[in-house]
Amino acid sequence: MSYIFYLIVYGFLLTAALGLLASWVDRKLTARVQYRVGPPLLQPLIDIIKLSGKETLIPKDSQKMLFLSAPVIGFAGCVLASTLLWMNNINTQNTFIGDIIVLIYLLVIPSLSIMLGGFSSGNLYAGIGASREMKLILSYELPFILSVLAVVIHSHFSIKLGGILNFQSQNGFVIGSYSGALAFLAMLMCVQAKLGLVPFDVAEAETEIISGPLIEYSGAALAIYRLTKNMLLFLLPFFMVILFLGGMRFDGINILYSALKYTGILALIVVIRNTNPRVRIDQAMRFFWGPVTILAVIAVILAIKGL
Amino acid sequence: MGIKLKALLKSPWVFHLSTGSCNNCDIEILDCLTPRFDIERFGMVLVGSIRHADVLLVTGSANRKCIPKIKKLYEQAPKPCLVVAIGECALSRGMFINSYNCPVPVDKIIPVDVYIPGCPPKPEAIIAGIVKLIGKIKK
Repeated sequence: MSYIFYLIVYGFLLTAALGLLASWVDRKLTARVQYRVGPPLLQPLIDIIKLSGKETLIPKDSQKMLFLSAPVIGFAGCVLASTLLWMNNINTQNTFIGDIIVLIYLLVIPSLSIMLGGFSSGNLYAGIGASREMKLILSYELPFILSVLAVVIHSHFSIKLGGILNFQSQNGFVIGSYSGALAFLAMLMCVQAKLGLVPFDVAEAETEIISGPLIEYSGAALAIYRLTKNMLLFLLPFFMVILFLGGMRFDGINILYSALKYTGILALIVVIRNTNPRVRIDQAMRFFWGPVTILAVIAVILAIKGL
Repeated sequence: MGIKLKALLKSPWVFHLSTGSCNNCDIEILDCLTPRFDIERFGMVLVGSIRHADVLLVTGSANRKCIPKIKKLYEQAPKPCLVVAIGECALSRGMFINSYNCPVPVDKIIPVDVYIPGCPPKPEAIIAGIVKLIGKIKK
């Protein structure tokens, strides 16, 4: 019963609320960087309410079932991943061996659902966008897993999220060590690509292939995709906070401290997004398989040495 | 007024369709997105796909090649969808009124909700037109 409580209250409601807030912070900061005023606080929520009230059109030459179920698949993966993270964050004993591996798989599902939706919609631009998304997954997954591996090795081979959190509460944050700092940098780049934000938004380049896989989506299906995106904007920095910065705690003054940790990472992501141009897909692949993977490998080696 | 209509008025996403205009109206529309006017304050975003749009901005004198495309785009838009005609050409074909290539103005092809005259209209005029549109729906 408590699992269902976690799933609904923490996994869906709290993550969605914080994700919408994070999306507003992202849009407002972007506007301020460009000397604009930016949207009001409730704008992301209003967008989603508006989209869910619109007509959902299904293209004639699409795979109807897959086209409509793809957003739900991605949303389900996102909610499950956030439930897992919150459960470990609230009670570090509430864990099982290998949940970090489960989490890595769950975090791929939203990208996978974008691919499924793009290919099933039967549009040329959507197909191009989906194939770019696939190449992007191939390029960022290796450094992402390597930097998670560096953290796992650093915290004495604990493949439990709760174990990593316990290690950090006794021995200090992972980011304080050399291997942790390098893995953090590599992870930040991978998170930027996972979120599909500007230097690596090749999959849904708005000016180039007209928002790619989402081109044929309208109404409620698009609303689910947007909600998933906003939730991921909270979820992935939260994952980084758990791995590198000792998780979030909500008692007394710690609530301010956890908010600061999360907002710091979000601000880094938004600044990277606003100060870089979009790269091509081959440049993105070269970047991830070259410098970022080397950085992550160095982090793993340093972690084995115990630094 | 339902919550869905209220939300629609707070975040109208616009799709920009040029039916053979001279690019002046298009530049003025893009001006609305710049720091000086910043229509994202009202939740308006320029989107690339007609499936995401709530408002269809039409500029230019609809020529013979464009007429089937305009009809098709209007059919592809998810309803409720509003249409705004911007510029003299879209309103009444402007200087092309006697041209063999521009048989009818835009409002004979698809239903138009708001007309914004001018050659080209100022960004202030475009924003004022959208405000009138929102006021019209609220009634």
